[in-house]
Amino acid sequence: MVETVFAPWEDPNASPLISFKNVTKRFGTFVAIDDLTLDIYEQEFFALLGPSGCGKTTMMRMLAGFENPSEGSMSLSGQDIAGIPPNKRAVNMMFQSYALFPHLSVWENIAFGLRRDGVAKDALSARVDEMLKLTRLEKFARRKPHQISGGQRQRVALARSLAKAPKLLLLDEPLGALDKKLRQDTQFELMDIQEKTGTTFVIVTHDQEEAMTVASRVAVMDEGRIVQVATPQKIYEAPDSIYVADFIGDVNILTGPVKATGAETYTLDFGGAAPVVATSERPFSDGQTGHLAIRPEKIGIHAERPDAPNTVQGKVLDIAYLGNLSTYYVELPNAQIIKAQTANTQRISRRAFTWEDPVWVSWSATAGVLLDQ
Amino acid sequence: MNRLSPFNVVSLTFGFAFLYLPMLILVIYSFNKSKLVTVWAGFSTKWYGELLRNEAFLDAAWVTLKVAIISSSIATVLGTMAAYTLVRGGRFFGRTLFSGMIYAPLVMPEVITGLSLLLLFIGIGMDRGVMTIVLAHTTFSMCFVSVVVSSRLATFDKSLEEAALDLGASPLQAFRLVTLPIIAPAVVAGWLLAFTLSLDDLVIASFATGPSATTLPMKIWSSVRLGVSPEINALSSILIGLVSIGVICASLASKRHTLRIQREEREAERAV
Repeated sequence: MVETVFAPWEDPNASPLISFKNVTKRFGTFVAIDDLTLDIYEQEFFALLGPSGCGKTTMMRMLAGFENPSEGSMSLSGQDIAGIPPNKRAVNMMFQSYALFPHLSVWENIAFGLRRDGVAKDALSARVDEMLKLTRLEKFARRKPHQISGGQRQRVALARSLAKAPKLLLLDEPLGALDKKLRQDTQFELMDIQEKTGTTFVIVTHDQEEAMTVASRVAVMDEGRIVQVATPQKIYEAPDSIYVADFIGDVNILTGPVKATGAETYTLDFGGAAPVVATSERPFSDGQTGHLAIRPEKIGIHAERPDAPNTVQGKVLDIAYLGNLSTYYVELPNAQIIKAQTANTQRISRRAFTWEDPVWVSWSATAGVLLDQ
Repeated sequence: MNRLSPFNVVSLTFGFAFLYLPMLILVIYSFNKSKLVTVWAGFSTKWYGELLRNEAFLDAAWVTLKVAIISSSIATVLGTMAAYTLVRGGRFFGRTLFSGMIYAPLVMPEVITGLSLLLLFIGIGMDRGVMTIVLAHTTFSMCFVSVVVSSRLATFDKSLEEAALDLGASPLQAFRLVTLPIIAPAVVAGWLLAFTLSLDDLVIASFATGPSATTLPMKIWSSVRLGVSPEINALSSILIGLVSIGVICASLASKRHTLRIQREEREAERAV
C-alpha cells in the first residue's frame, strides 16, 4: 500500500498559503531579514529555527502585522498583506510571554477575539466551550490567569489564539517557559491540536529538538537568511552546509582536498594515515576542499581493525556516559578528535573501552555528507 | 518578629516625633475650651460646632473641593494621554524635548508658574475665579499624573496590547479594554495625587483667583494672619483625620490585594 505523504512543497501545482518574495527588513542600518524567499503551505507545521538574533522573531512579527517589510512582498492566500494592520489579518499569534489579559478570566480571555468580531452570544459561548474542551481547561474557565499554573496558562494562550479559527497560527517560543517534562508532553499535544484543527502553524524556536519533534518542515536561519528548508529528517541526515550540520545535533567534520574515484564517489584526504571514502550527489572537482560531516552515532568503535571502507586508529581521550548512550572522544594521530556514539543496550555489561585505550573507529562510505561550505 | 536595638528605638522615636508632634499638638489644641490658642483650659468640642456655623469657611471648603475634583479629573485625562504617547509613541520627532518639557513644571518654582498663569489670564482677558483656579491646577498637576502613569506604563508588557490587536481589537479598543484596566491603579493614584496637590495649594491659587473665589488654604492663610483661632485648629484636625483615614484604607486594601494574589498563585502552582 502506498501511503500518501504530506508534502505539498514537492507538488509544483500546490499554491502556498504564505509566500515571502525577496523580503528584506531593516531596522535603521541593521538588516534583520536579508532578501528572503519562502513558501509555506496549508496545514503545515513549519518551524523557524535559529540562534537568537537570526531574524526568526522578525519574520513572525511581519506575518502577524507588527512589522512591515522594507522591501519585497508578502502574501497570504495569494493576497498581498504588507501594510494590513494586525487586527485585520486572519492570522493569530501565541506570544512567548502568553500575554494573557490579567484582569479577565480564562473564559473572557478566550472570548476576547470573538467579541471583537461581534460573534452572536450563543455561537460565541459554544466556540469558547469548544476551545476549553480542546485544551482541557473546562475546570478553569472562571479562574484568572494568576490563579492557574504555567502549563495551564500556556494552554489558555493557545485556546485564545485558536478561537477565531485563523488561517495561520504563529507560535513564538510557545514552550520556552515550561520545564522539560511538561514541554515534551505539550509538544505532542500541540501536534495533536494542529492535526485536529487543520490550522497552519508556524513556530519560532531556538530548541532544535522541539523543532524536529513537531515540525513538518524546518527552516534553519542565520543572520537574516534561511540556510536550509527541509523536513526534519533531511535537515539531520542531509544538511547542505556545515552551519546546519553543526547547528542540529552533534557532528564530526573532516576537512581536506577531495578527489573523484568513480561515479559519485570521492576520497577526502583529511591528513590521516589514509584518505577516507565518501559518496556524494553534489559534484566536486579534483583538489576542491570538502568537508565530510558524520554523525557520531554512525561511527563504530572497535578494539581490532574492522572490515569497513573507512577505518582510522586513535586512542580514547574521554568518555561521556549519558545513560542511554555513551560518547567516546577518540583522538587521531593528527590530533583531530572524532566522536563515536554507542547505545547502551545492556544494563549489566563492562565498558569495552577505557581512557587511553587504542581503538579503531569506522564508518561506511554513505555515513557522512560531503559539503562544500 | 525582630526586637529593635536601643539605637533603632531612639531613632524611630525622634524621627516620628519630628514628623508628628506638631500635628498632635494641633489636634490636642483643637479640643481646647479657651479662646486663647496657647492656654489649655479644659476639654471641649465647641470649636467644631463654631466651625460648622462659619459660612465663610464652609464656602471656601466647597470651592476647594469643586476645584480639586474638576482639575484632578482633567489633569488625569491629559496626563494619562501624555504619558501614553511619550512611553508608547515610539521615537517620534522631538520626543526627548517633549518628555523633558512635561517634567519641567515639577521643578518650576510655584511663584513663577502662578505669575505666568496670572499674566496669561489677564492677557486673554479671562475673568478670574473658580474657572481660572481649575485651569491653573490642571496645568501643574497634570505632569504629576503623567509621571505616575508613565512609570507604570514603562513596566507594562507591551505584548498585551499586541495580543489585543492581534485578536482583532482596534488600537482604541486595545487601550480601553486592555491597557486602561491594567494601568487603572496608577491612573487612580495619579488622580489622588492631583486631588491632594490641588487641595493644599496656596501659592498658585492665590495668583490665579479673583475676588469671587477663595479656596480653603487661602482662607486659612488670611485668617491666621489676623491671629490663630481655635476654629482653624478644628478645621485642620478634620483635614488630618480625613487624610489619615484615606491613607490607611488605601494601604490596607493594597496590602490585602497583594497577599491574596500571592496566595492564589501559590495554590495554582501546587494544584497542577
